[in-house]
Amino acid sequence: MNDTLAGWLQILALLAVLALSYRPLGDYMAHILTSPRHWKVEKFLYRAGGVDGDADQRWPVYLRSVLAFSAMSVLFLYGLQRLQNHLPLAEGMAAVNPATSFNTAVSFVTNTNWQSYSGESTMGHLVQMAGLAVQNFVSAAVGIAVVAALIRGFTRRRTDRVGNFWVDLTRIVLRLLLPMAFVFAIILVACGAIQNFHGVHSISTIVGDHQSITGGPVASQETIKELGTNGGGFYNANSAHPFENPNAFTNIVEIYLLLVISACLPRTFGTMVGDKRQGYAILAVMALIWAASVAIITVNELHSYHSAAGHAAGGMLEGKEQRIGVWGSALFAASTTLTSTGAVNSFHDSFTPLGGGTTIFNMMLGEIAPGGTGSGLYGMLILAIITVFVAGLMVGRTPEYLGKKLGGREMKFASLYILTTPAVVLVGAGIAMALPGERANMLNTGAHGFSEVLYAFTSAANNNGSAFAGITVTSNWWNTALGLAMLIGRFLPMVFILALAGSLGKQQPVPATAGTLPTHRPQFVGLLTAVVIIVVGLTYFPALALGPLAEGLH
Amino acid sequence: MRIVRNHLAALRMLLVFTVICGLAYPLLVTGVAQAAFPGKANGSQVKLDGKTVGSSLIGQNFNLPLKKGQTTPSPDPKWFQPRPSAGGYDPTASGASNLGPNDPGLVKTIKERRAAVAAFDGVNPKDVPADAITASGSGLDPDISKAYAAEQVNRVANARDLSPAKVRSLVSSNTHTRAVGFLGEPYVNVVTLNLALAKLG
Repeated sequence: MNDTLAGWLQILALLAVLALSYRPLGDYMAHILTSPRHWKVEKFLYRAGGVDGDADQRWPVYLRSVLAFSAMSVLFLYGLQRLQNHLPLAEGMAAVNPATSFNTAVSFVTNTNWQSYSGESTMGHLVQMAGLAVQNFVSAAVGIAVVAALIRGFTRRRTDRVGNFWVDLTRIVLRLLLPMAFVFAIILVACGAIQNFHGVHSISTIVGDHQSITGGPVASQETIKELGTNGGGFYNANSAHPFENPNAFTNIVEIYLLLVISACLPRTFGTMVGDKRQGYAILAVMALIWAASVAIITVNELHSYHSAAGHAAGGMLEGKEQRIGVWGSALFAASTTLTSTGAVNSFHDSFTPLGGGTTIFNMMLGEIAPGGTGSGLYGMLILAIITVFVAGLMVGRTPEYLGKKLGGREMKFASLYILTTPAVVLVGAGIAMALPGERANMLNTGAHGFSEVLYAFTSAANNNGSAFAGITVTSNWWNTALGLAMLIGRFLPMVFILALAGSLGKQQPVPATAGTLPTHRPQFVGLLTAVVIIVVGLTYFPALALGPLAEGLH
Repeated sequence: MRIVRNHLAALRMLLVFTVICGLAYPLLVTGVAQAAFPGKANGSQVKLDGKTVGSSLIGQNFNLPLKKGQTTPSPDPKWFQPRPSAGGYDPTASGASNLGPNDPGLVKTIKERRAAVAAFDGVNPKDVPADAITASGSGLDPDISKAYAAEQVNRVANARDLSPAKVRSLVSSNTHTRAVGFLGEPYVNVVTLNLALAKLG
């Protein structure tokens, strides 16, 4: 079979499996988020945690619960790293320094999983399991919980009660993430991913050199890292490492995992608002952007002659694995930067200028196609609101979406949401470039060096976590600046989302009339796609022009 | 007071999830994995004369011992050579070069590698495949392309006094087709291939 045919089949197979998952998984998630019945074990957990599982929270209470849980998570994870040398299963690793601990704690709690450290030489098994892997579960669940609250804002009337955070969190972890992570972890092990509690052991190789073979609970962490769109690797090489991603089959499984929840959430949305066509419209926009991104990256990586290194080597294989190849690497790269995953199976820093530039652009879109678990859908719904508003301006009537009027208050929250991340990215990258010491942390020079800095802040503020990894980000300045970018980029938008949910929920729905813009037709899909591209294009074009575009057109 | 109560509840819920997701889950996966797939769960180790000599998933160096005053080791012609590695095949330092696609240093390195590999294998520099002269993503890639393996057959056969046909048959028994027929790329596993050579003596 030739490369092109195999590459196409690989993409089509992925799409087929995702399509098969859409209805059952989407409806199952809707069931989890709406069922009035608690499981026995859940009731027990609510008692153990000291929370009321039957309360219906007003939006400020829901928000305070999210923030309290995340704050305690940051403190706990920070402490765990600082004290790891005094705890069991440390594998001889020293306590992690304060700046790195802060950065890592924030990074995993915000679902970013940016890593300013190298996993195999910094974190012992206990921190990996009881710290990092736990946040892989709960930070993903927090995102889904927040989008559930927003959807309830659309479905409920005359109330600003948006659900119960503790119930949403617990059900998503127990009923969705744990079972899926478990099944796929066993599948990964069956294909060669490791799962043990061994430390590093030294062996003598075939020619008699010393080599240190590493161990650890890798597969259990790998599945939730993808499924929860987290992305923080057990190893520095992340999913390029053969122990995390042993072959091309596990590669496609991992791409499936990092897309599946976010790709099925539009169904959950459609089912919960009682109009499944609304879900299909949102899904169509996500699929269009995803397909375009996969195409652009794949074409650029296949045509190595667009870059000097690719031309010299006769193929874009620098930073890519032989078993996975260009097609499997491009597919992973597009999917990981369009979700908030940030896991990598190949190193984006060495991609062609326009291929690598597309990975930055993907994150700048706000990770909405299909985006992070939960955060992708709420980001897309905000853009849908803006689209309806823009369309309303054109015909001069008050816009409404799903029967809820979009007045001044709603539009303020939507606008603030849209402005937060670009402000963090552009101000952060600007400051870093203005400071000579921080600028010197770039590995590459010129436009590509600027791309590294832009990538770092884009990745942090959008909670992606992948990197143009040449840049050195271990200094206190970088750890702190990127930590703050992640915090603001995660929680400020959540404040606006939950406030919006409360504001929408209070309204009495208005009936659709002949003048209402239908939001399930191809016309709306086209309009929304255009708004996504234009909003992002206008915001980031100058920065992109200085980095990847300057380099690609060189 | 309410804010304190709220944070205490949050901490208790976090501890509950730490026990479930951070301890019970990985232990359960480990238990099942160790029972059902012990070889794979423990790193697909390969043995020579009863001794573990590596993992079939983790690439190794196949170099000559360093001579006096030599700093970079030379490849051993008796073995199939793996791809270049940014971390020298050290599993405690996995990773890529992260050099940009137009980096002058990277371009120079690739050109030097092309000349060196062509001279070492006695082939035309134009014919050296890309995987032979580019560093992998993990720095631990155990695999090479079929083209790079084919290129090395004559050199290995000469160095070992074996017939090229014999070496070629070892290559083909360590060649993997695309997973499920269409996923990823075909590849030759250098670790298991060289292990097969070592077993010949």
